[in-house]
Formats: sequence, structure tokens, C-alpha cells
Amino acid sequence: MNLTSPHIGLFIPCYVDQFYPKVGIATLELLEKFGCQVSFPLGQTCCGQPMANAGYERDTVGTARHFIELFKDFDYIVAPSGSCVLHVKEHFPVISGLEKEQQEIHDKIFELTEFLTDILNVNHLSGRFPHKVGYHASCHGQRGLRLASSSEMNSTPFNKAKSLLENLEGLEWITLSRTDECCGFGGTFSVTEEALSLRMGRDRLDDHAQHEVEILTGGDMSCIMHLQGIASREGRNVKFMHLAEILNQAIQ
Amino acid sequence: MSHPQAATEFLKDQAKAKWHDETLWFVRDKRDRISKTIPEWEELRNLASQIKENVLSQLDVYLEEFEQNAQKNGIQVHWAKDAEEHNEIVLSILQKQKCRAIVKSKSILTEECHLNPYLEKNGIEVVDTDLGERIVQFLNQPPSHIVLPAIHLKKGEISELFHEKLHTQKGNEDPTYLTHAARLHLREKFLKAKVAITGVNFAVAETGEFVVCTNEGNADMGVHLADVHIACMGIEKIIPRRKDLGVFLRLLARSATGQPVTNYNSHFRSPSPGKEIHLILVDNGRTAQLAREKFRNSLKCIRCGACMNTCPIYRRSGGYSYGSTVPGPIGSILSPGLDMKKHSTLPFASTLCGSCSDVCPVKINIHEQLYEWRQEITKTHGELGKGLSMKLANGIFKSPLAYKISGNLMRAALKTLPKSLIYHPINSWGKGRNLPETPNESFKDWYQRNRK
Repeated sequence: MNLTSPHIGLFIPCYVDQFYPKVGIATLELLEKFGCQVSFPLGQTCCGQPMANAGYERDTVGTARHFIELFKDFDYIVAPSGSCVLHVKEHFPVISGLEKEQQEIHDKIFELTEFLTDILNVNHLSGRFPHKVGYHASCHGQRGLRLASSSEMNSTPFNKAKSLLENLEGLEWITLSRTDECCGFGGTFSVTEEALSLRMGRDRLDDHAQHEVEILTGGDMSCIMHLQGIASREGRNVKFMHLAEILNQAIQ
Repeated sequence: MSHPQAATEFLKDQAKAKWHDETLWFVRDKRDRISKTIPEWEELRNLASQIKENVLSQLDVYLEEFEQNAQKNGIQVHWAKDAEEHNEIVLSILQKQKCRAIVKSKSILTEECHLNPYLEKNGIEVVDTDLGERIVQFLNQPPSHIVLPAIHLKKGEISELFHEKLHTQKGNEDPTYLTHAARLHLREKFLKAKVAITGVNFAVAETGEFVVCTNEGNADMGVHLADVHIACMGIEKIIPRRKDLGVFLRLLARSATGQPVTNYNSHFRSPSPGKEIHLILVDNGRTAQLAREKFRNSLKCIRCGACMNTCPIYRRSGGYSYGSTVPGPIGSILSPGLDMKKHSTLPFASTLCGSCSDVCPVKINIHEQLYEWRQEITKTHGELGKGLSMKLANGIFKSPLAYKISGNLMRAALKTLPKSLIYHPINSWGKGRNLPETPNESFKDWYQRNRK
């Protein structure tokens, strides 16, 4: 571990901690491979997003205060989730007495791929991943954190995940018919609008299947949990990996 | 019917739902392609948004300026505080003219005010002259989309309808043939109407003129044949200068249908000799929305419908699932301001994906306002919020998996949730989805074993 490098607080979303520890491990190991000094504060809990998106942001003051106190002293905070990072940045209620720390956290919390491309300035990777990979753009990462140009806008195309993955030898980046359409997870939406949520998920999976995607990846396990849940129920032939898992596996 | 119930119904006809999605995606895609031929597209959106910001910040001043200039031009200006007043004003003009039959081009405002049933109740025949609107009028339906009113119908259905109403050949689905039949039918109505009603797309404060945009020329046909023109507009349709049209007209048609410009952008300034123009300025909840800081810029909307075409929910649930005059994302932030109880499920009919905000030509932060309406609705309509939360906790947390979740973490997460949500018998998650496989240990457990 390089003690002179900035100290990174690893923020692992609650459902990743519980259901997808391998994504947390991949994120940690990946950051360590880039020479980062990473700590995982053991007291972390849910960021409060499910409650806030259901209309109860006002009830997340305690959760937000706890998060700020836990992470305020790190140089950076990194999470393998665009959605949770966006929530911390945009939808934390104002915490009185911690306004300064809250603003600092807003500026120093990063989703994993943007931390790699924008802070560590990773522009070359050595590794091999000989597979057809389809990328699911999580909306909160895509249009919330602007991790890629959005198809609606007239701007220079870019995609931070692609700029990392396309370095890997053998990886075939599959272009989908609808490059950044929502998968229909949407937190509470997935259960309150169950029929729509399923239809949207199936449509995304069909797009990947029509383009013969082998491995469906993305930066948010919540979208992938939903898509994988449908695929596994319907016996669809596609594998799912978080971006961190692909990068960590490919880079030795 | 709540939005989830209506959406579930819509999705039962899977083939039709898929067709609906693909049809509207085609329009969105056309919009994408044409917007990318304009290098300054994003700059135009910024400008349009700022012009509207300016208008909303001094709406009273612009409205009075417009009224004075319109009156100088010979336009008779009326003010209506709500739908009822608006309808009464229209009826009084018709009665003065002894008019029993009118033609009307597309106006979402008159839909909002439920003008048609009001006039019909008072013995007036109302003929909508926009082809799509005429189709849904034959079916006694409201428009399902603000730009494409009959987009939910396939041509076979329209062929059947026209066979019944206009006696076209049975089974002839040729769009040119059907359109021609509608044209002949409408021509008769145009010739008989003494009064024509139109909406207003833009009203120019500095000149007192207003602009009506149609693709079919039906507004012009109606107005030029009639003695009296009644134009109905929401008070937010004001723009300061005629030259601002150069920004809005470029954005409107491209955003709406992917056309470079609407076929007819007609400027109405003064009545012809012997004729009358009446213009009704309608509030109907707009000043209340203007006073709501978080929601006021929803009034920037120019009714292009792009947010509907892009919305993955709208495309797969149809306009009627919203149960409001303006459906889709923009409707879901406008309607709760008119009747929060009736429209309480609409702000939740979204994944907050943000596509609506990125497509909006006047840069309304639609998805952020959906989020903000959720915060408002749960304050006053706790039952709905509880229902949602119950389902949420049930679907995500209350499962065998939830027991696997380590005590501290789960308790901390659930501490902020209402108690009632943790206990609920129905599991919506598992109907069509498997849950993830449960790992043997959490990341935290692994970290403590391997890094501490």
C-alpha cells in the first residue's frame, strides 16, 4: 500500500455489500492495483436513496448525517455505483452544522469509472478480456453524473466506461440499438409499476440478445440485479458482470 | 384508475404495446437525427430556456404589454381566471353571433378546460379539424398525445371507424384514401362554420400578434372562412419579441416530429375588415404554479411532446394511462398542481431516468420536479406513500434474503422507513424476476477477514 497517495474511502452500497460482495472486492482490488490507499469504513449503511426516491427525503437526515461524519476525512470517496453517488451529491437533505463537510463530500465523491478516468487519469490499461460485451448505461450515471454523452443531446460523444474497457485486448464493445434507454429498475418503481418495469427490462435484454452480447456489464448493480433477475427467471443466455469485475479480472 | 393499473392493462396487448413503443421511438429518433444537424442546438435550448425564464420573472408586465398592443391591433382581449370562465366567454361570443356550429383546430388548453363537452351541452356542434383530433372525437376519446392525438390507433382501426362514420370502403386502409375522405368531410364543416376556434403557440408582447402552428393548415382554413376567430391561450405562451420566434420555431417542430419547421406558422395580428378576433388569456392554475418555486419553470413548456416520445414509461403505457389532459412526463409535473389527489400516482410513474429533461427544448428539469412532487405528495397523501413504501420494503427487503442482511446495516437502513412498510404480504419483485443468489458472506465480512 502506498501511504503517500491520497486516502480513499470505499463506499459500498448496502445491497452490493449484502448481495454482491464480489463487486466490492473487485472494486477494492482494482483501486489497489492502481496504487491507491483504500479503506472501507465499517460503520457504513444505506445512503437513503430508496426512501428519498419514494418521497421521504425528509426522513433521511440521520442517514445522511451518519454518512457525512463517516466519510468526511477521506481525500476521495469512491463507489461502484453511479446511482448511490448521485444520491449523495444531489439528494442528501441539508445537514445543519455539517454544511461545509457536505459541500466537500459533494466535490470529492466519485463513481468508480469517473474516478479512474478523471482523477487517476487512466488512459491506458493492459489486460485481456476476449468477449462480446454489452454495456448497460445506468440512467443516474449516464444523465445524472454525465459518465457518457446522452443520446438526446447534441454534444461530442464520449463514454468513460468505454474509454476504459476498449483498452482490453479481445474485448468487443457491442453497439446497441438504443444506447442509453432505461432498464426499468427505478428503485421503488420496480415494485410499484411492476408490469412496466418488467416490460422495460425485457426490452433491454432483447436489445442485448439481438446483438449477440455475451456479457452484459454496467456501473450499477441495481440495474443489473433487475435485468439478471428477469434473465434468470426466463432462462436467457447472457452473463452479467459489474465493470469493476471485468477490469479487475482482465488486469493482472 | 391509478397509473400502475392502467399501465398493466395497456401492456396486456403485448404486440400493440410493442408497436406503440416503436412508433414513438421512431419519432424520437427522427428528432435526434435532425437536432444533430443543427450545430448550435444546445445553445438554442439554452436561449429558449432563458427567454422563458425572463418571461416568467415578469409575466404580468409582458401580459399587459401584449394586451395593449393586441387591442391597438383591433383584437378583443378577454381574461379568464379558470376553465369555467374561459368556457363562459367562448359561449357568450358564440351566442352573440347566433352561432350553432364551430370548427376548432388543435388546442390543448381547450382540452384542459373541457370546452367541447361544455359547448355541446349548450347545443353547439364542435368539429375538431386536426385529423388526429377528429379521429379521437369520433370515438369520444380525448387525445392520447398532445402532438399526435390518435397515435394509439393503428390504421386498421381508423379504416373501420371511417367506414362507420364517413362510409369509406370497408377494409381500405390506404392512408391517402382515408385522409382524402376526412378532407371532404371537413371541407363541408369548414364552409358552414361562422366561428373558428384556435389555440395559440406564441403571443408576441411587443407586437400584439400571435402565432398558431399546424401541419395541416386547418387553423388557417377555419379562420379565413369564418367571420369570427376565437383564440384561446394559457398566459404562459407569451414571448417578448417577434425575433424570439427564430429560437422557438426552430426548436418546436424539430423536437415535436423531427421536421425542420411546422408546415404553417401563421401570424394573426388584426381582424380583416368586417371580421373579429377574440383572444382569451387563461390562468386556470398557472399563477398558482408560478408561485411554486420548485415547479414554476414547468410553465416554460411549449407543448412539443418530445418528453412523451422519449419517455420509456409513456411509450409502454400510452397517453390514457395518465388520466390527465397533458400526459407523459410534463403532464406528471403539471397535473399534480391542478389536483394533487387525483394525480398523486403520476410523479411515481417514472424511473427518474432523466431522458425527458435532456430532450426538452426549453430545458425544464422535468425528472427533478418529479422527484420534488414525490416529496410533496407523501406529505399530504400519506396513504399513497405508505403503500409505496410497503411495496418497496416488501419487494427488496422482506424476503428470505432480508434475513441474511447483517443486523446493524439493515436496521440502520430501515430505521428511516415507516414501520408499516416492513410487513406486507405481497411480493411484487418476485412475480417476473428471481432474486440474486445469496452469497455466503457480505463484503464487510470479507473485508474484515482479508484487510484488517
